[in-house]
Amino acid sequence: MYPENYRYTKEHEWVLVEGDTGTIGITDHAQEELGDIVYVDLPKVGAAIEQGKSLGSVESVKAVSDIYSPVSGEVKEINANLTDKPESLNSDPHGAAWLVKLKLSNPAEAQSLMTAAEYQAYIGAEK
Amino acid sequence: MVDFGGWDMPVQYSGIIDEHNAVRNGVGIFDVSHMGEIEIRGPEAAKLADFVTTNHAGKLKIGQAHYSGLLYPHGGFVDDILVHKVAEDHFFLCVNAANQEKDHEHIVAHNRFDAQVEFASERYAQIALQGPKARATLQKMTPVDLSAIKYYWFTDGAVSGVPARIAHTGYTGEDGFEIYVPPAEAERLWNEAISAGAEFGIKPCGLGARNTLRLEAKMALYGHEIDASISPLEADLAWIVKFDKGDFVGRDALLKQEEKGLTRTLVGFEMCGRGIGRDGYEVYLDGAPAGWVTSGSPSPTLCKNIGLCYLPVGQAQADPDIDKTIGKTIQIMIRNQPVDAITVATPFYKRAK
Repeated sequence: MYPENYRYTKEHEWVLVEGDTGTIGITDHAQEELGDIVYVDLPKVGAAIEQGKSLGSVESVKAVSDIYSPVSGEVKEINANLTDKPESLNSDPHGAAWLVKLKLSNPAEAQSLMTAAEYQAYIGAEK
Repeated sequence: MVDFGGWDMPVQYSGIIDEHNAVRNGVGIFDVSHMGEIEIRGPEAAKLADFVTTNHAGKLKIGQAHYSGLLYPHGGFVDDILVHKVAEDHFFLCVNAANQEKDHEHIVAHNRFDAQVEFASERYAQIALQGPKARATLQKMTPVDLSAIKYYWFTDGAVSGVPARIAHTGYTGEDGFEIYVPPAEAERLWNEAISAGAEFGIKPCGLGARNTLRLEAKMALYGHEIDASISPLEADLAWIVKFDKGDFVGRDALLKQEEKGLTRTLVGFEMCGRGIGRDGYEVYLDGAPAGWVTSGSPSPTLCKNIGLCYLPVGQAQADPDIDKTIGKTIQIMIRNQPVDAITVATPFYKRAK
């Protein structure tokens, strides 16, 4: 369910670090809590993003939630498919429905985040 | 699960849109046991009911119910409620969970009649079956002929062998029933309803779908469209205010408000730009702040983003024509960005009869 090669935040985002690229998304637990997602707001390509700061927002039928960036860097690519198909965040949050790719300013930052096992324990305890 | 007036309640089971569509097209089941109940009994029960509520309780027939308001003397809402006339000397009130204690205190405080007021919430659980297949589902569980219960009437009878109050009422804009039962029997009733409704695709529904359904039908939610600072006239609920029935708490304030003319009124809108105008967001008219959103959400039935907001009306108008506010472009501040919306006629959704 939760890929072993991703790192996770307490705010329910994930990051996959490959070299100096970080791919960011929200977790399956997050999409389940949010319910039917209807809008995704993402930053512009080239924007500078800081770890722990807002990266954008996801809006479900129920509410709007900020997405906090797990890592720092510059936005290289955004997942434009989400504009037309925000509901894909409900079906494939760990895969096709990634949010942004960053050029990481400090790839080591991700080491401070939770592993898959730690995150699963975390959401288990939260329930 | 969310805390809702002290109750742990699910916002959703299978998903808000899925549950919403089940109610519009088939049947949904809601555990609304959090709702409060207050009973008024005695020779002057009708007099007390009429003195503390806005609608004309004394005009109800035995077995009939209506929507009404409990007001403060200044004309703002204590709560919005359903009043059921059980007998000449017995009225049964269904009230909002979060307001039930203050409702009870309010009615007791104004009880200068030969009537007894009982806080009865502990004796009732409530299950709502809503949707075009609600009747067919419930009919499998009761010998009571449901087709004989007119809309906003009720009867006492057995459901799954449990003594129940079966009311042809609801909070979804769809046909349906609200069933009051002893709490110890609620779980069994729920399970039997799930079985009875299986052939119609029954879905358990949470607070999320309850909100989108009631919003499409433009039914008020306490704390959103109405509260202590809002009068029924402002909330487009003049139809539950019967001035000619005699004195009631809040009557003088409402008469004054009517005489002076309303300054604000509840108006529906649809988003034109990208975004959802949500509860509490500011509304701009002609470039200036003019009001606020009371409820806003995607509408699963209409596939649009809809909402309700308060907007100013002409100060001197004794009888504000709400239609004048329809078709106006407004801006809703969504996270510090003005987004266009247009005011529209309500309700947003009305079921085919």
